This record gives sequence, structure tokens and C-alpha cells, in this order.
Amino acid sequence: MLFNAFSFLLSAFSPYTPRHMTVKNKRLDLSYSQMKWETIFKRILITMSIIILIIVVGILITLIVQSMPSIKTLGIGYLWGKVWDPVNNIYGAWPFLIGTLLTSFTALIISIPFSYAIAIYLGEYNPKGWLSNLLKNTIELIAAVPSIIYGFWALYVLVPIVRNFEMKIHVAPYGVGIFSASLVLAVMIIPYAASLGTSLIRMVPSPLKEGAYALGATRFEVIRSVILPYTRSGLFAGILLSLGRALGETMAVTVLIGNTSTIAPKFLDLFFGPGNTMASVIANEFAEADHTLYLSALIELGLALFFVTVIINLIGKRIITRYSK
Amino acid sequence: MDARLGLRNTKSVLFKAVIIFFAFVITLPLIIVLLYIIKQGVMQVNWHFLTHIPAPEGETGGGIANALVGSVIIVAMSSIVAIPVGMLAGIYLSENPGTRLAYWSGLCVDILQGVPSIVVGIVVYFWIVKPIGFSAVSGSIALAIMMLPIVIRSTEQTLLLLPPSLKEAALSLGVPYHRVILKVIVPCGFAGILSGIILSIARIIGETAPLLFTALGSSLFSTNILKPMESLPHLIFTYATSPYDDQHDLAWGASFILLMFVLLLNIFTKLITRKWNIQL
Repeated sequence: MLFNAFSFLLSAFSPYTPRHMTVKNKRLDLSYSQMKWETIFKRILITMSIIILIIVVGILITLIVQSMPSIKTLGIGYLWGKVWDPVNNIYGAWPFLIGTLLTSFTALIISIPFSYAIAIYLGEYNPKGWLSNLLKNTIELIAAVPSIIYGFWALYVLVPIVRNFEMKIHVAPYGVGIFSASLVLAVMIIPYAASLGTSLIRMVPSPLKEGAYALGATRFEVIRSVILPYTRSGLFAGILLSLGRALGETMAVTVLIGNTSTIAPKFLDLFFGPGNTMASVIANEFAEADHTLYLSALIELGLALFFVTVIINLIGKRIITRYSK
Repeated sequence: MDARLGLRNTKSVLFKAVIIFFAFVITLPLIIVLLYIIKQGVMQVNWHFLTHIPAPEGETGGGIANALVGSVIIVAMSSIVAIPVGMLAGIYLSENPGTRLAYWSGLCVDILQGVPSIVVGIVVYFWIVKPIGFSAVSGSIALAIMMLPIVIRSTEQTLLLLPPSLKEAALSLGVPYHRVILKVIVPCGFAGILSGIILSIARIIGETAPLLFTALGSSLFSTNILKPMESLPHLIFTYATSPYDDQHDLAWGASFILLMFVLLLNIFTKLITRKWNIQL
């Protein structure tokens, strides 16, 4: 009797008694499996972010490896070779560099007044209310319309107008070309700089503005000497992001640029005449590239495009993050 | 003195007028494009247009059934790939902001966001088209890569906005980590994540450049995902640049439908973000 009671006490307090080993503890098992799932879940999360890394590194490696033949054969002179003649195996990227820079910077210059105006209007003059919301949503819709639709529309509506204009100023009336592409590109890139600029101008501390008003400044003077200097680098970052978009934009430009791989000697002919950008030549000729050097010369253009857009984007993002701190 | 003040005030008013002019004039191109596409496209759309494949060159009639179905299949497949990967990567980035992996993958998301779509097309050509040939699958992979950064960023931004007390309360009740994330955190940020996903679908549904060398396009009706498949933007591209008027009409109709898709998806996103009051 006494022995029985003793053994009962022992079994109740000692963890090493048969009682615990024989009775299955469901709660404990459950929490073990949960812990296992916790680890698995954390590993899945890590794997997914590693996948992102792998994709980007993979893109870079694929581009470098595939453009190796062209880098080896053509060397650095490829970039300023003026003739692009795949039939005779002569490759020079200069026409496309010129085309890309000309379309992008023309588009950028056209777009800057508009994006600054939108940013100042939505950020300072009218930050709240239905009109401001309406304008903001409309600007966002500009970015939402697919680029091929802009290209298609411009090909049948804008190009005839441009052609008439070209006849008036006495240049060859192609219609399609660098000028038309820049016009459409300008509209397409405005939302990027505008929406960033709006949010930055809204972040200008009001004591700064109030101080200027208290000193007797007019609204224009406050904008010119307080708001714009305060947001200068952020607005610049917005313009960089727009530029990144413009450089890589493919479809609208491909439809509109006219696809000529020669450079006109006179600037006016070059500016209003047909041309080619890096992206548009890839889109047009990649499927026809029938030998290794041709293909890899095109991929080298893609590699250059990749590097330039990545650097521009990273600088832009770096400036913005410095702002928000 | 008064004259100078008047001058400054006039300058200020003039500046405001110029700003308002520039800010509103830019909505004109959008309105013109929208009205023109609607005017040209709405006449094309009827039941025949939606259920038939394009007529051969030079013949009238025909529709865009192959492109409609192809676009839906390609976008659905890329969503199936990109949404889980993007959400989980976004959760990782918001949960572990300080780690080295988070820094580098955050950087990679930024890079991916800026990669020109044509470059994605080239790369996927070498990854998938070279081994298995032109196929709808390769097009979906290319679009999924374009979709990822948007899904990741919207997930990350939404989850960072949630109060940490939410997670702490669930953890202190003894809920395991994965259930805290999947049953508490993600449902709370669901609206933000959903609007990011819809926005990314709206972005990729109109992408043409990555499909040029991957899904390629075909004039036949096809649901085989290992074969080339037509899609709406690719159909618009090929028919817009063709010399036949009938094909232009098909392209106008297809543009109209694509535009309506994109606008509806965008408006839907706006409604979600307004209802749950979130900022993207």
C-alpha cells in the first residue's frame, strides 16, 4: 500500500516515468510539426528572395555570354562604327546610339515642363479635392495605356500631321522618324517624373514655406526660391527615372521610327528622318539574325541597354531613398 | 513701391496660369487617343469578331478569338508563377529588412523594375526558347519576370504599413510564425497586395516586346501551351504594320478590347485602394 503510493508520487513528478512515454501527447506532437513548418516556411521565404537574385544575375550572365562573340570579334570600336550592314558582315552601333540618345533626350526635354507643371500643381497649388484627384488619376492612366496602342494610334493619326508639318518646314516628309517617336515618347514618360515630383513637393515642410510668406514673398517666389531648391535633387531623380523608361521603350518607337540603319549627314534630316534605336533594332532584326556574329552584335546592344538603364535607375532610386530619410 | 508689388503679384498669377495650362494640356493626348481608339474599335466589336480567327490576308471579316484566348492563357500562366513567388519574396523583404540577403534582393527588385522589356525577351529566348522552342510557356515566363517587381514591391510596402502590434499579439498567443504571416498579416494587407497584383496584370497584358521572340504569335487558334500562341498586343503589332485595311480594322478592334481591359483593371485597383484607404 505504502509502496504503491510512493511509486505513484514518483511517477507523477519524474519526467522519466513510463506514463509520459506511453500516452501520446497530441499537443506536443502538434507543436513539433508546427515548428517544422515554421522552419520550412522561413526557408521558402529565403528561397524566393534568392530566386530574384538568381534571375537578375542570370540575365546579366546570359547577356554577357551571348554577346561574347561580338565583343571578341568587333571589340570596343563596335560602339562607334558608323555602318550597320549585316549582309556584308559589317557592324557598327553608332546609328542606334545616336537614334536612342536623340529620341530619349528630345522626349525628355519636351516632357520636363509638363512633368514639373503637374508636380507643382498637384503638390502645391491644389493638393486635395476632386479636381486634383481627377488629374492625378488621368496622369496615371497615361502610364497605363500599352505602348503598342500609342504606337498604332500615332502611326495613323500623328504621322500624317507630322508629315504636313515637315512639308511646311521643307525637310523630306517621311512622317515616321525620330521626331514622331520622340513626341509619343514624351507623352509616355511624363507620368513617372510627375508622380514622383508631386509626392516630393508635398513633403516640403510647411514652416519653410510659411517663413517665406511671412517675409512677404509671393506664391511664385516661394515656389522658385523655397520649394524648387528644396526638392531639386528629387525632381532630378524623377527625370532620371523618366529617362530610363525612354531609353528602354520598345514598341511605340519600333512602330514609329522608320527603321533605317543609316545616319543622315545633316542634322535636320537626321532629326526629322527615319532612324533606329537600340531597342527597335533588336525588336526588328533579332528574329532574322541568321548567323552568330549578327545575333551577338544585337545582344551586345541589349547588354549596353541593360547597363545604362540599370545605372540610371539605381542612381535615381538612391537619390529618392536619401530623400525619404 | 506699389508698382513693384503689383508686378510681383502679376508674375505670381501668370506663373500659376502657365502651370495650370501645362498641367491640364497633357491630359489632351490621352483623351484624344482614348476617343480615337473607341471610335475606330467599337464598330469592329461584335460576336463574330470575338469568336472567329483572323481571315487570311486580303479577305474581309474574321476576328481575334485566337489572340483573346492566347492573351488570357499567357497572362494566367504568368500570374500563377509570379504571384506566389512575388508575394513570398515581398514577405521576406518586409519581415527581414536589415539582412544582407534582403539588401541584395531589394537591389535586384529595383534593377528588375528598370530592365527594358525587350531585354527580358532576349534573355528568355536563350533560357527557354532555345531548349524547347517558341511557346506560350516562354512568353509567360518573360511576362512573369516583368510582373515580379511590382508584386514584390506592393506586398512589401503594404506589409510595412501594418502595425507591428498585430504580429506581436498573434505571436504572444503562441501562434506559429507561418500561421501568423499567412492567417493574420497577409489577410490584413490583402487589399494592398491585391491591388498590386491587379496593377501588375494590367501592366503586362499590354506588353509586346517580351513576346516577340518567345510566344511569337500565330494566325491559328491554339490552346497548346508548348506551341506558339497569338496574344492581343502582338496581333496589334503585326496587323498595325501590315498594308491591308482589313487587318488594320482587326487591329483597331483588338486595341479597343485591350484598352478596355487595361482601363477596367486600373479603375478596379483605384476602387480597392480607395475602399481600404491604402497608398501604393
